[in-house]
Amino acid sequence: MSERCAVIGIGQTVAKSKREDVSIAGLVREAAVMALGDAGLTFADIDAVVLGKAPDMFEGVMMPELYLAGALGAVGKPMIRVHTAGSVGGSTAIVAAHLVASGIHQRVLTVAFEKQSDSDAMWALSVPQPFSSPLLAGAGGYFAPIIRAYMHRSGAPRDTGMKVAVKDRLHALKNPYAHLHIPDISLKMVEESIMLWDPLHYLEACPSSDGAAAMVIGSEQAAARATSDTGRPPAWIHGMAMRSEPTMFAGRDQVNPQAGRDCAADLYRQAGISDPRTDFDMAEVYVPFSWYEPMWLENLGFCAQGDGWKLTEEGATSMIEGGDIPWNCSGGVLSSNPIGASGMLRFLETALQVRGLAGEHQVADARRALGQAYGGGSQFFAMWVVGADRP
Amino acid sequence: MSRFPELVSGHRPVGVVSFAQYDNVRREDDHNEVEMLMPVVAEVFGAIGITKDDVGFICSGSTDYLVGGPFSFVTALDAVGVWPPRAESHVEADGAWALYEAWVLLQEGEIDAALVYCFGRSSPGDLSEVLALQLDPYYMAPLWPDPTSLAALQAQALIDSGRATEADFAAVASRARRSALTNPKAQVAYDRSPEELMGEEYEVAPLRRHALPPLTDGCAAVVLAAGDRAHQLCQRPAFITGFDHRIETHAIGARDLTRSPSTQLAGEKAGVGRKAVDVAELHAPYAHQEMILVDALGLGDEVALSPSGGALAANPMMSAGLIRIGEAARAIWSGGADRAVAHATSGPCLQQNLVCVLEGV
Repeated sequence: MSERCAVIGIGQTVAKSKREDVSIAGLVREAAVMALGDAGLTFADIDAVVLGKAPDMFEGVMMPELYLAGALGAVGKPMIRVHTAGSVGGSTAIVAAHLVASGIHQRVLTVAFEKQSDSDAMWALSVPQPFSSPLLAGAGGYFAPIIRAYMHRSGAPRDTGMKVAVKDRLHALKNPYAHLHIPDISLKMVEESIMLWDPLHYLEACPSSDGAAAMVIGSEQAAARATSDTGRPPAWIHGMAMRSEPTMFAGRDQVNPQAGRDCAADLYRQAGISDPRTDFDMAEVYVPFSWYEPMWLENLGFCAQGDGWKLTEEGATSMIEGGDIPWNCSGGVLSSNPIGASGMLRFLETALQVRGLAGEHQVADARRALGQAYGGGSQFFAMWVVGADRP
Repeated sequence: MSRFPELVSGHRPVGVVSFAQYDNVRREDDHNEVEMLMPVVAEVFGAIGITKDDVGFICSGSTDYLVGGPFSFVTALDAVGVWPPRAESHVEADGAWALYEAWVLLQEGEIDAALVYCFGRSSPGDLSEVLALQLDPYYMAPLWPDPTSLAALQAQALIDSGRATEADFAAVASRARRSALTNPKAQVAYDRSPEELMGEEYEVAPLRRHALPPLTDGCAAVVLAAGDRAHQLCQRPAFITGFDHRIETHAIGARDLTRSPSTQLAGEKAGVGRKAVDVAELHAPYAHQEMILVDALGLGDEVALSPSGGALAANPMMSAGLIRIGEAARAIWSGGADRAVAHATSGPCLQQNLVCVLEGV
């Protein structure tokens, strides 16, 4: 039997190109201390620490959790390091939540980070490996052909991606933690930015960020205590799921991966979701390149196959346009991308929303929200549903 | 008599029901990680007559720096072939921690079985340089301290404390390599007396060659099953009755290197001392570390220490810890032990430690 669990504390750093004022330890500690403060706790109250980040070569430190044990107050406690590619921030939160759901711990601190300025992600992604073709163009070069396949398949107009790029940057203006704040963002500005990987313009790609995210996951008892101490409500976890599929095989649908659809189906079963567009009040979804919004709208069942771009075009996912299902109100990955933390930021933002603590980018009366992260070549998925109501 | 032992950790009995490992070799040039894992995964399933379709979760352990590229676990998953898609996760750590994650999930009762696997090759790079990158990037790594030099500091501190001599290290190595003679997967096994080993040159004083682990390429896999499913799959499952892991500070200068408080605490939480221990499989890459671990776990002379030869017989990175759990389980399956302790370590000088107590009924 799994126990109820909830997000009871949230912390995040401002994302920016270079956090030269802090070490890696300083960066993660900043988010962790903020999450503990939000929960009315100190490091002494924490039972275990779960750390996630993307490939270690992104900083050039092998298994940095060993070095970070002190900074995260883990000395004398269990510490686990998760790495599941780009989905890792989500998977890390899920591993932490299972430590509580299984009844093993009461309060678990989970932290994810990337300090991209310490190394060079493009280099780290392009190291030659025996018998495999190098990914010299980075992640954008990998995904661009898949996006073109989506456009061909769905008949989407060429400006859908640009529309997402503008919408998420407008959302980011409401989020003080977002890396990119571009007040005069417009379709024209996106269109006039340099073409990186057709059809992706420079402004349709995520930035490289330094940043960290942290949450405290607590049991039902811990949640009650935190609420009475701080006056802030928990975000109850209504379901969580992970799915993986092989990287390559003939017939694999990379545009609409089966692993994503299966993951969502498992998640919706747990959380009692029958119509995602109606049942969710908002969603934070991993959209590192603009076109992944319409693609994931379909993969996550928010609309019929081939209709994702229509939701984007009609403004359904825009807070600014008063859409019925706002996506990435924080500005999303397109506005902040500390890679290892990007998935956790999605999960964390959903928790902020259902707690009513999202500030300027708060969706009015958000009761239930979807967090999604994906990684690799869209073969790894992690998702959760959080709600204001106890499940 | 109950079909399940009393649990100290968790509330649902979960047993190790299958274990397989690759031949531990100095250098596997002919096969990559996926090719090494495929026969091991086939064996771990085949031995109990199940397939990947019978496990509800898969968790792996590995680290990118051994492969020298990002996302090394991504292609390794092809050794299992996760189609249709599967619930799957990965730790950047020894497979023993992957097994812990799977055990946690099994506690919740949604699934009844899980696959855990891990891999690590030391041969593609210079392991001493690679492991130096595991250290504090600002204050330690720039000095490139190699793991043997750090272990030598620990060994010297142990000698200075008056609790061990170099001859004691030789005795540990002599016993471990002799035990390894009966382990077909051992990479280094011999019958040489401690006196003879003392004649070896120092690698880094006070550690002579015999006190060091071999460089190993290898991989391993385990199947866990919960409740009745464990009994269906295995004549005598090795049930996990106690399970805990703890970490210490990374700052070597701030630790008493002659003690392992994280092992001691994990051992207490896992209930090691509650009943007699028949076998202990300890992940002690350097001979003197076995003595520190034995102290921390409070193991007496009656305990058979690392009958497989332990990490001195074969030390595949990211796998040697899971292999200890597999070997301890094997001692339960055979009836040779009723209660076994398995241990895994990570980080410089035993920084992080995991203790798993296994029992048969």
